Amino acid sequence: MTINESQDEIIEEFELFDDWADKYEYIIDLGKKLKGLPEEQKTEDNIIKGCQSRVWLNARKEDESLVFEADSEAIIVKGLVNMLIRVLSGHTPQEIAKADLYFMEKIGMSQHLAQTRSNGLASMVKQMKNYAIAYSLKN
Amino acid sequence: MQLTETLDIQAIRADFPILNQEINGRKLVYFDNAATTQKPTSVIETITHYYNFDNANIHRGIHTLAERATRDFEASREAIRDFLGASSIEEIIFTSGTTQGINLVASTFGRKFIKEGDEIIISGMEHHSNIVPWQMLCEENGIKLKVIPVTDLGELDMEAYANMLSEKVKLVSVNHVSNSLGTINPVKEIIDLAHSFGAKVLIDGAQATSHLNIDVQALDADFYVFSAHKLYGPTGIGVLYGKKDILNAMPPYMGGGEMIKDVTFEKTTYNELPYKFEAGTPNIADVVALKTALEYIAFHGKENIAAHEDMLLQYATEQLSEIEGLKIIGQAKEKISVVSFVMDGIHHQDIGVLLDNQGVAVRTGHHCTQPLMQRFNILGTSRASFAVYNTVEEIDRLVAGLHKVKKMLL
Ligand SMILES: Cc1ncc(COP(=O)(O)O)c(C=O)c1O
Repeated sequence: MTINESQDEIIEEFELFDDWADKYEYIIDLGKKLKGLPEEQKTEDNIIKGCQSRVWLNARKEDESLVFEADSEAIIVKGLVNMLIRVLSGHTPQEIAKADLYFMEKIGMSQHLAQTRSNGLASMVKQMKNYAIAYSLKN
Repeated sequence: MQLTETLDIQAIRADFPILNQEINGRKLVYFDNAATTQKPTSVIETITHYYNFDNANIHRGIHTLAERATRDFEASREAIRDFLGASSIEEIIFTSGTTQGINLVASTFGRKFIKEGDEIIISGMEHHSNIVPWQMLCEENGIKLKVIPVTDLGELDMEAYANMLSEKVKLVSVNHVSNSLGTINPVKEIIDLAHSFGAKVLIDGAQATSHLNIDVQALDADFYVFSAHKLYGPTGIGVLYGKKDILNAMPPYMGGGEMIKDVTFEKTTYNELPYKFEAGTPNIADVVALKTALEYIAFHGKENIAAHEDMLLQYATEQLSEIEGLKIIGQAKEKISVVSFVMDGIHHQDIGVLLDNQGVAVRTGHHCTQPLMQRFNILGTSRASFAVYNTVEEIDRLVAGLHKVKKMLL
């Protein structure tokens, strides 16, 4: 599945919800389902500091694709992280670097990507892209 | 209609147009007053009136507009003198806010009068703006920073404080009221003890001025700082009160226009108080509007406002305490209307997001008091803080909102 196909799939899933609480319950559920990172990988190197909550991001290369794993203290952020990983992880660095992430806006969650939320999510997306750029330059 | 003794809260709410809006489909409940209060129409109108009719640079022109602007600017200084119980307008310095007031004292009084080997005392419940300027000064000049410990209830350990004092201590800088806990600190006692060792005292009044009557002379405070935006006034304006003899002994802070008497390339002489500390064109409109904010408070009476807020605090404390798994951080005997809390197994950010979706605005995080959070072994809290326009029904909305949060998350 391409990055955009994953995004469209998420947008479709969210079309089922007409109430804010349903939407958030779904995101909370995704947060609970995210495997997260073992404690030993929640290192200072992996941390993305937000004012409100911390996010940890781990990236590694598997064959031609870049695989992300991440975790957060806050469950809603974790749910959003789950979706970002679903969309971006497993694609080539080139694909990730040039991806246009439109799904957050479409599902009405773009406010969580705003810097003012200080939840580390915006910085995480930036960091995912940075990894992708770094890896695509290496090759 | 909800009446608290003499206040008609619904009429007061009508003075704050911002409250009359929906957030995420629900009527806004604004409980982030400790961060900044909303502004009444009279304050907003003072600002537009100033720019529509009176705007000119002050103290310099001889034309009518300059005279009007200067008159209103200085009238505000006099109103603040009265508000703080200061003896002279020379002791009232306009700043951009509490933060600048503290930095001014650190850079001038601190650099001149606190030397290597001396000590400064702050407390464990200070806002970062009353920590970092002193840390910077201490690092620069080899001064020791000591911290008054905070008890489990969220009060200052006064015995520890008394034991910390010595002739080496040149300054004690503590808040009147804690923004994270709501604790009202015994500042009179703190000041008297410090003075008995010859130390000067700065009181950070950012959280106190909208709730408590302030009398800097009765307190015998050497410095008292606050921000207008936390007492129904505009952002970007604040006040430093300082005792005249101390301010006179201090070197100027910033150089520029207004703060000088004569400038030649060989030597510049400085203006008198308070202008010596007010370099450059000030925030005139907002200074003028601060007076309107003080009038708004005076019109309703600080005692009446405090009584209403105390009622809200008591009600909120009772109601929130009944929520299972919720713990109030800061249970001091003397508090203003701030309730900080944590909930078992729930991150404060999730609380903030889910309450916002229900139209309830609270503050979540460390509230610029990271050392205090470390003291309580928490990452942050959720904080509801009440102002004169808040109601019991709104607290019910918060409580219902928190039950919903629990249901969604646990
Ligand atoms: C106790 C305390 N001190 C200082 C400040 C800083 O005030 P300002 O940001 O207006 O300079 C605040 C405001 O959050 C505060 O609550």
